[in-house]
Amino acid sequence: MSDIWDGLVQAFLLLLRFDPNLYEIILRSLQVTLSAVVVATIIGVPWGIWLSLSRFRMRRAAVATLNALMGLPPVVVGLVVYMLLSRSGPLGVLGLLFTPTAMIIAQVIIITPVIASIAHQSSRELWAEYHDLLISLGASKRQRLVALTWDGRRALLTATLAGFGRGIGEVGAIMIVGGNIDHVTRVMTTAISLETSKGNFALAMALGFVLIALSILVNLLAHIISKSEREERW
Amino acid sequence: MVNCLPLTLSGAVVRKRGKRIIGPVDLTLGETGVTILIGPNGAGKTTLLRLIHGLDRLREGKAQWRVSETEARRRQAFIFQQPILMRRTALDNIAYPLRLRGDRPAKARSVAEEWGARCGLAALFDRPAHVLSGGERQKLAFARAMTTRPELLLLDEPTSQLDGRSTREFEVLLRETIAAGTRVVMATHDMGQARRLATEVVFLNKGEVLEFTAAEPFFSNPQNPKAQAFLKGDIVL
Repeated sequence: MSDIWDGLVQAFLLLLRFDPNLYEIILRSLQVTLSAVVVATIIGVPWGIWLSLSRFRMRRAAVATLNALMGLPPVVVGLVVYMLLSRSGPLGVLGLLFTPTAMIIAQVIIITPVIASIAHQSSRELWAEYHDLLISLGASKRQRLVALTWDGRRALLTATLAGFGRGIGEVGAIMIVGGNIDHVTRVMTTAISLETSKGNFALAMALGFVLIALSILVNLLAHIISKSEREERW
Repeated sequence: MVNCLPLTLSGAVVRKRGKRIIGPVDLTLGETGVTILIGPNGAGKTTLLRLIHGLDRLREGKAQWRVSETEARRRQAFIFQQPILMRRTALDNIAYPLRLRGDRPAKARSVAEEWGARCGLAALFDRPAHVLSGGERQKLAFARAMTTRPELLLLDEPTSQLDGRSTREFEVLLRETIAAGTRVVMATHDMGQARRLATEVVFLNKGEVLEFTAAEPFFSNPQNPKAQAFLKGDIVL
């Protein structure tokens, strides 16, 4: 119990001391995961909505696969990306292994199915509601996609935040492809993992609390910016 | 400009999950008038309207418009029993069909303001559509349908969920539109409304057209025994 309390106290002290090392890894965590979220949103949102709009033979199988991909084990994703980017791998010439870019690639693979799947769920309900009207007005496929994206934007924000949540707390993949190199690829989660294995529980706890605070802060900011959760709004 | 009507349905059948919902229907809708579809629940009024509008697919038979089918769709509008509102402001809802047709926002907005005001919605333009009352919603759907100046307006029991006052207000709007020359085909279960508006009547039962005549002879002297029973207020099976 005292370790947890120590952790809380240390977390405050760490933040107040403006330790440059701490702020460096906070910023890198944000940089990696936010970049991954942006890319995954650009891919995942249209993918999910398109799935809800389309009728094709293998649609059910495609949706089931997408939902299954949500549970991709990060360690395995990390391993595969590692193999692809390693010197002897097909993309080895790019020299991306053990860089933040490699971590972003791994996280995009993990986050995209989460965002696409939640986007699909929500836009499927909206499409059921709008279907007759949009067909009646002769909306083209593109216009339907735009209408569902715009009118479903609050649910899509939730999808994006779920993706962020999955990414910011993820350690398995970025540990493998990033390597947890100090000042290069060390982020919050890999630092916590390292401090725990070194036996610095208080410091690990402190980093953990900072990570949780960071996650809450980003979610709050997203809601404030989008003005959701207010009266007379969706 | 050539009117998209007449529409001729010949041997038209709509099936859903293997079950025949309507048909075979042979029917010709002329260029003018107010056609009212009546019949017991489940007779196929809604499906016939949706078939005309292309929301339900023809499984057998033919539907022949005077112009091409795509062109005919552009010149008609559909008002649903339950208005479908988008998650936007009332004004954005009304302006949406014009935006889909590529009008600039400012132009779509001004046309939407004009029709919205005509339907008595001016004070509600900036409200989210979902906070409107039932009568206001249906008036919104009406304004939205009129922005594209349809030649043919299809209505599916538009006032079935409305109170007396809202129904009267809606009928006033509808009459103005009819007077301005819009062709109307409407399903209703309100016999008073049918008598007030109809110039011709289609009586449907179990997916078949049992009688299709001018309104006056139909209401005073229906030919089909089931239509007679229905007008008397009997339960028609």
